[in-house]
Amino acid sequence: MGKTLYEKVFDAHTVRRLPSGQVQLLMGLHLIHEVTSPQAFSMLRDRGVGVLHPERTFATVDHIIPTHSQARPLVDPLAEEMLQHLERNVAQYGIPFFPPTSGQQGIVHVIGPEKGLTQPGMTICCGDSHTSTHGAFGAIAFGIGTSQVRDVLASQCLAMDRLKVRRIEVNGRLRPGVYAKDVTLYVINKLGVHGGVGYAYEYAGEVIDRFSMEERMTLCNMSIEGGARCGYVNPDDTTYAYLQGREYAPSGAAWDAAVTYWSSVRSDADAHYDDVVVLRGEDIEPMVTWGITPAQSTPVTAALPETSSFAAGEQPLIAEAYEYMALEPGLPLAGTKIDVAFIGSCTNGRLSDFAEVVRHIEGRPFKVAAHVKALVVPGSQPVREEMIRRGWDTIFRNAGFDFREAGCSMCLAMNPDKLEGSQLCASSSNRNFKGRQGSPTGRTLLMSPVMVAAAAIKGEVTDARDLFDFAADGSASS
Amino acid sequence: MIDSTRTTIAGPAIPVRGHDIDTDRIIPARYLKCVVFEGLGAHVFEDDRAQQRRANTVHPFEHPRHASARILLVNRNFGCGSSREHAPQAIMRWGQGIDAIVGESFAEIFQGNCLAMGIPCVTVDEADMALLMDLAEVQPDVTFTLDLPTRTLKAGDVDVPVHLADGPHQQLIEGRWDSMGELVAATDQIARTAAALPYFTGWR
Ligand code: SF4
Repeated sequence: MGKTLYEKVFDAHTVRRLPSGQVQLLMGLHLIHEVTSPQAFSMLRDRGVGVLHPERTFATVDHIIPTHSQARPLVDPLAEEMLQHLERNVAQYGIPFFPPTSGQQGIVHVIGPEKGLTQPGMTICCGDSHTSTHGAFGAIAFGIGTSQVRDVLASQCLAMDRLKVRRIEVNGRLRPGVYAKDVTLYVINKLGVHGGVGYAYEYAGEVIDRFSMEERMTLCNMSIEGGARCGYVNPDDTTYAYLQGREYAPSGAAWDAAVTYWSSVRSDADAHYDDVVVLRGEDIEPMVTWGITPAQSTPVTAALPETSSFAAGEQPLIAEAYEYMALEPGLPLAGTKIDVAFIGSCTNGRLSDFAEVVRHIEGRPFKVAAHVKALVVPGSQPVREEMIRRGWDTIFRNAGFDFREAGCSMCLAMNPDKLEGSQLCASSSNRNFKGRQGSPTGRTLLMSPVMVAAAAIKGEVTDARDLFDFAADGSASS
Repeated sequence: MIDSTRTTIAGPAIPVRGHDIDTDRIIPARYLKCVVFEGLGAHVFEDDRAQQRRANTVHPFEHPRHASARILLVNRNFGCGSSREHAPQAIMRWGQGIDAIVGESFAEIFQGNCLAMGIPCVTVDEADMALLMDLAEVQPDVTFTLDLPTRTLKAGDVDVPVHLADGPHQQLIEGRWDSMGELVAATDQIARTAAALPYFTGWR
């Protein structure tokens, strides 16, 4: 019987079985940032241990970085202190670092792929749960805690248990106006926020095959929101085309050797899966979350579900969500007034995300509604530079969006970009947890970047297909 | 030498009801702006506590009757969301210190973070959890005794089995949950595994 990519990569990186029964797994790439690494470096120092593979470790600053101005010292003294700690740590251990002055800084899950660091067949870890993003390349990539960051710095290894593998096929076609973000929200809605616990997700099927790398990243990014620690797509020509010519990608004779190797880690046709879920692309509508977990979502065209439509055990959580969100079951979400709109994050802060919005607003008289504060936050400095080169900063500004510097920004609001009071935010990020966007009573509606833009312009949740022209798309959308 | 074995953990229990409680709720992101974990204990569940105050109710982590609790009781998928180890670090540093967490189920990264800190996360059935939570609320002083070798939890008249995978179970009772030493020790094997991976060797 054949093997899945997960099994092949796991086996190739197995150092040994530990006495506990766990496996010591070698890590090919370790990404670090300012929030989850300082305590790990302190622990290393306390124990007098060094960094085993500094050349396989890469650092950037993303969570705390302000998006108004990255000038030093940072205005927030705590943020400045964290950045200084990171600078000291990377200097002491010789770890490559992409600081704001490099022109290469950005959200860790945007710059890894962008620089060609993320490659098929690798094991990748980072002290951040959305490390699952890198699975888009056919890597086994997962988030870890700070003690594990310490372990990887010291040994380039982790103690891991093997996961089961669930294949999620999305076949057919997506309709115009339906995006990778909608696919991932749909999957999480179907399988629940803990449905993936114990599993790696393998995404496959006609829709995923046609997806660009950036769409695959959006999809894999939110695997963790469905409880799956990692999610991946088998590498193919789309993957190789994306990687070719990138700074850290192999080149020359090594390129051919790499493509051969990458192709060899693809799941075999007769691989065994612990579970298979088959979905139809045509069934997916633009999705919007209405609650406090990413599974609490609805097609924008539908009315909010009645509490009684959920299993008895779920109902307290559903009631709690409605109360927190100040929304009513049975009513449509469309038409709900929003206060803030945010386009960015490691889920939807890449060039193609902004391109899709620009495509709909360029040359049209659209303006952000007067009562809405709308932020456009590129995922990295290179993304931002390219947007400026194409004149998109002007297009966004003219339409009333605030065009910012690169970083995590209002995805988790560790910088000054925060909701106030119980503001309602249409957001292209990945978490709608209570208080996630910086105000303890702030409220988040997750949706695709195009849906966020539509909401910003209308000033309320709206079906982007009613506002923008998708007629020309036909079946062009993947 | 500190004793790192985890066998019997006893003390009053504190129940926090609700499914899918994420790590943003356990420790809001604004407290992640720190370079040490010390001091996080005071802010555990801070926003949930404030929300309950506004509603004129009291969050268990604020209720005097639970001030001496050592064991946390939770429902399903506790610790989902962000991988921040700050969450278990905050729980561990609250009050007298939480030494064990009993739940219906846990998010994986959270459970792994707890193990790396020597905090057992054990699971019980939904019906047993209902009994345990009711007991901890009605008689907050009752001692809960989690016995890892026998995988049981006793409190008052309640005596229920707990589940914990064999690997972590063994690591905790033998005091080998701190994985770093073991991982670092395999120097030669690490080098051999790396040498067999084409991308580690420059595709030669
Ligand atoms: S953009 Fe959001 S989810 Fe992504 S790494 Fe930053 S804070 Fe985490």
